[in-house]
Amino acid sequence: MSTAVEPSPSAPATDSPTARGGLRGYTQQWVDNVRGGDLGVLPIIIGIVAIGIYFQARNSNFLTAGNFVNLIAQMSPFAVIGMGMVFVLLIAEIDLSVGYVSGMGGVVAAVLLEPGNGQWPTWLALTAAIATGVAIGLFQGFFVSRIGVPSFVVTLAGLLAWNGVVLQVIGNKGTIVIQDKLVIGLANDNMSNGLAWIVLIASVALFLGVQLSTVYRRRQAELPNVPLSLIAIKTVLLAGIGIFVVEWADTDRGIPYVGLLMLVAYVFWTFVATRMRFGRHIYAVGGNAEASRRAGINVANIRLVVLGISGGMSALGGIVLASRLSSVDTSTGGGSVLLYSIAACVIGGTSLFGGRGKVSSAILGAVVIAMIDNGLGLLNVSAGTKFVVTGIVLLAAVTLDSLSRRRSEATGRA
Amino acid sequence: MSDQHLLELRAVDKSFGAVRALNGVDFHADAGQVMALVGDNGAGKSTLIKCVAGIYPIDGGDLLWEGQPVSINGPKEAAALGIEVVYQDLALCDNLDVVENMFLGRETRSTFRRLDEAKMERETMDVLKDLSVTTIRSVRQTVAGLSGGQRQSVAVAKAVLWNSKLVILDEPTAALGVAQTRQVLDLVKRLGEQGLAVVIVSHNMSDVFEVADYITVLRLGQNVAEFKRTETTQREVVEAITAGELHSVPGMHEEEGALT
Repeated sequence: MSTAVEPSPSAPATDSPTARGGLRGYTQQWVDNVRGGDLGVLPIIIGIVAIGIYFQARNSNFLTAGNFVNLIAQMSPFAVIGMGMVFVLLIAEIDLSVGYVSGMGGVVAAVLLEPGNGQWPTWLALTAAIATGVAIGLFQGFFVSRIGVPSFVVTLAGLLAWNGVVLQVIGNKGTIVIQDKLVIGLANDNMSNGLAWIVLIASVALFLGVQLSTVYRRRQAELPNVPLSLIAIKTVLLAGIGIFVVEWADTDRGIPYVGLLMLVAYVFWTFVATRMRFGRHIYAVGGNAEASRRAGINVANIRLVVLGISGGMSALGGIVLASRLSSVDTSTGGGSVLLYSIAACVIGGTSLFGGRGKVSSAILGAVVIAMIDNGLGLLNVSAGTKFVVTGIVLLAAVTLDSLSRRRSEATGRA
Repeated sequence: MSDQHLLELRAVDKSFGAVRALNGVDFHADAGQVMALVGDNGAGKSTLIKCVAGIYPIDGGDLLWEGQPVSINGPKEAAALGIEVVYQDLALCDNLDVVENMFLGRETRSTFRRLDEAKMERETMDVLKDLSVTTIRSVRQTVAGLSGGQRQSVAVAKAVLWNSKLVILDEPTAALGVAQTRQVLDLVKRLGEQGLAVVIVSHNMSDVFEVADYITVLRLGQNVAEFKRTETTQREVVEAITAGELHSVPGMHEEEGALT
């Protein structure tokens, strides 16, 4: 396993990890980065551990397998909506309509799946719901990208208008109960242990495959590589965490299907963001829109499509939300959905100023928010206290982001 | 001098409303040589560059590329001919690394529309090596962490990467310190040595005299002189910039609208 570990050269250290080589060089590099203000996922991991310890100390039910399974279902709507929001934040825009667009997604799915003559096949109804979200996103994106209305205002108008549409569609019915098995099962049924293991093995294999193919390609191009031992350690760590999660959840009901949905969405959008030209251009537009325009990037189209993605992911999140509650009503998509989704991205480390962030930040942030929401629920505190605490955590996350940014500027890393 | 220039402008006119920014300007750039374009503020240097870069269409005169008359409509057509412009603000994305910036908008892709990172990184390192840019320690660090000279080097390397034949540099040393100016001037000289045509716009006479082979002086939108660097002095060039003889005095003969 440690075949590739080379002794760290004693030559004067340079800034490049590849110049130093070996595991120790990488460890040192990481320590330097953290000191220089590039904190990575460190604060959020510490935050998750601290929150876990705190709530476990106050209520011993917090860290049980059953509650862990609950957490996965609770975080899922914010994680799904947040993954679309990340792209919007990356281009330094905002989408305030995601709450009620998610409501639209849930309502469209629920209405089309209402038992009776006009009932649509499940897959068609879900596709229509997501398409509705995409269409709304593109509609709003048109005003942002082609006419130049600030996204803040366009989506604020959307927030109001789509709330109105939800009210109109639901009308006097008050509540539409969802009876479709697939939709209900999304957040309420759990994967069998066998399926969970298949997903786990496939994920680890995918991770390892991507890492090794990168090493291979870089070797072909005669570029320096990360030590294989580092890849081995990461793979073992990932597999270890995965086995723990699968087995722990299995002592209760198992991992809900939304867990798989989040994983698939995460892998897909991470591929788009980091391995595709379109994703690269999103980061570029967020970093310097004028430079992107001069580089031949169609900035308006990027903005349009990104808002479309946000709309589509909101609608998908709305379906998840409807599945959790097994119904939609006039308040679907309201309340804390919008703010929790944005907060998830920001707490997870995506900058509000554009150009910096990852798809994974939506998931990590959603974990934190769900933990606080769930933990405070166990302590029987009021909804008011929940909002105050979540607000404080959000403020802390943004403050940390600003501080680390300042530190980055001071050390020239940014 | 060869009878066919890589780029040649003949009696080019460009007006913005009543303001005549270029008035019958001749200009040329040749492979393997550094042409400096100098002049006071408002002399028309930027306008001239933007006409060549395809940002402004010219109103009159001829634009010849490799001896053939061409019209350049837009930066993409300029790039297709092999003309790259490095503007003063460099147009780099701070949040992207060196490789990502170099290939921005023209990324290399492999199967499944994936970005071919290894290939792009290799080419970036090769170009930087060709240009002897040794100050950048890692091509995977973000541009935000680079010094002004390093950023300028990245911007120039980006222009060279695309088999360009003519590289136009707008005030490349304006915001740099002494050591970094040195880096960039060396880089400009190497571009010429590698057979590219280079046009450098600068206010700094000592920079111009260090790198340029020829010096074209514009004044109030007109050519006033062209010098061979080895046959002139800074004093002569400065005189041309401030008091060079105009072939038509703005506002006297043609239009009532005067230059402001």
